[in-house]
Amino acid sequence: MARKKENAVVLSQERIAEDIYSMWIKTDAASEAKPGQFISMYTNDGAKLLPRPISICEIDKSEGSLRVVYRVTGKNTGTEEFSRMKAGDIIPVIGPLGNGFPYEKAEGKRVFLMGGGIGVPPILELAKQMNCEKKQIIMGYRNAETFLRDEFEQNGEVYISTEDGSVGTKGNVMDAIRENGLNADMIYACGPTPMLRAIKEYAEANGIECYISLEERMACGIGACLACVCQTKEKDHHSNVNNKRICKDGPVFLSTEVEI
Amino acid sequence: MDMRVNIAGVEWKNPVTVASGTFGSGAEFADFVDLNRLGAVTTKGVANVPWAGNPTPRVAETYGGMMNAVGLQNPGIDVFCERDIPFLRQYDTKIIVNVCGRSAEDYCEVVERLADEDVDMLEINISCPNVKEGGIAFGQYPKAAEEITKAVKKYAAQPVIMKLSPNVTSIAEMAKAVEAGGADAVSLINTITGMKIDIHRKSFLLANKTGGVSGPAIHPIAVRMVYEAANAVKVPVIGMGGIASAEDALEMILAGASAVSVGTANFYNPAVTMEIVDGIESYMKEQGFDTVADMVGIVK
Repeated sequence: MARKKENAVVLSQERIAEDIYSMWIKTDAASEAKPGQFISMYTNDGAKLLPRPISICEIDKSEGSLRVVYRVTGKNTGTEEFSRMKAGDIIPVIGPLGNGFPYEKAEGKRVFLMGGGIGVPPILELAKQMNCEKKQIIMGYRNAETFLRDEFEQNGEVYISTEDGSVGTKGNVMDAIRENGLNADMIYACGPTPMLRAIKEYAEANGIECYISLEERMACGIGACLACVCQTKEKDHHSNVNNKRICKDGPVFLSTEVEI
Repeated sequence: MDMRVNIAGVEWKNPVTVASGTFGSGAEFADFVDLNRLGAVTTKGVANVPWAGNPTPRVAETYGGMMNAVGLQNPGIDVFCERDIPFLRQYDTKIIVNVCGRSAEDYCEVVERLADEDVDMLEINISCPNVKEGGIAFGQYPKAAEEITKAVKKYAAQPVIMKLSPNVTSIAEMAKAVEAGGADAVSLINTITGMKIDIHRKSFLLANKTGGVSGPAIHPIAVRMVYEAANAVKVPVIGMGGIASAEDALEMILAGASAVSVGTANFYNPAVTMEIVDGIESYMKEQGFDTVADMVGIVK
């Protein structure tokens, strides 16, 4: 009985790109949070009951605060409500949730840290905490709004791809790897499923250990509702079928254990 | 003041349990609530063999509620008996095992297997709208509901609760049918079949196209059906459907429910059951009710 839904307090909020917002919140969740974990954020609207699972972008343990960078998904959405919040507002949260990236495994390795779209933010804390031989950060964006780029540049070699070609390599993160002739012994990635599928294929074709962070619609975030499952190669010990729960067993999986 | 209730011969310490499928087998909630404080834990539905469930997306938010088509994913009765029953037995609460199946034989196999297990009650899900043969065929025709009740009663060592679907013309008729088949109690309502369309992608939100709507938005429908069922049968009614507060639970009890199940609210407020137990107790004190039974069905 150690956990509870908690009233976090908004410390600051800033729009950092079109529909992309950055919010710092004061929360007990900060004390145990790891890169790659997420928090469930709740609206204050009784018509919108389910949690919004949002990845953790930065952790400040000394201040007891977390940063989330999230996309407003449309009009009258929960994320739009979040984007209107100001310092001092209350936001109910549960967290940290999920397993997080096994960043310790990167020690002495040449690493790709890859993020695409709204999968970019969780890579920032990972990049900050990771201690490895060569830290190559490859970020994919739609256009020139390359949010968080400056902060990544303080934490490794940054390569950018944009869909419209306005910055870096035109195309996606895989195109950026090819164009720059990059190599790695290990990959950590978060982004849309087609991107993760391409990274998984690349990693497996080249025998690279690869961790991918998945997302799916959730109702509870704590492993009970069985909504957010992904297909696994082996039978999962909990479900006794080839399904794992993204919220509880993930969101980070070894690429070879899941079918996406 | 006494919070205990007697449901078909089984004494619960209070009238609050959880709706099947919203609480796993309790392990995920043990961090958030004291399972010892629940009248009973109703488990996620279990079948004779493991079920993989439906493709994703399996859930969508709806106004004041949600819609799901999980499809009764479950690990099968063997894993359930080895893992989940011993887990729950560590706590001082009653265990209600929700049973699902694709055929009468499936249900009976699970019920027979559970006869030797240390569980307190069985809830037979003849009302899941999300799997093609997941019981709904039994749950929509009174005669079929009566027959499946008779069939499982032959094998059952524990009291049998029949879980009813709201997707019927007359809930009273369904309740009477399972009572005639020998049901020891009825529980209702399961989810209401719904559909949600993504107008931007021009597709269904759920991979299953349809799903079961639950949550506060459906609570008044559930209260009405609990009232109708309770007035149609003598066996106890366990009321559920959108309960998110003690007030919601009390409405059900006053309408005729002898106990209540909390479902969807567990997903967004994991400690809600504790608030409801406390809230019912406060209400009883304030209103001078000595027992829960004194409140059941007093609104006529």
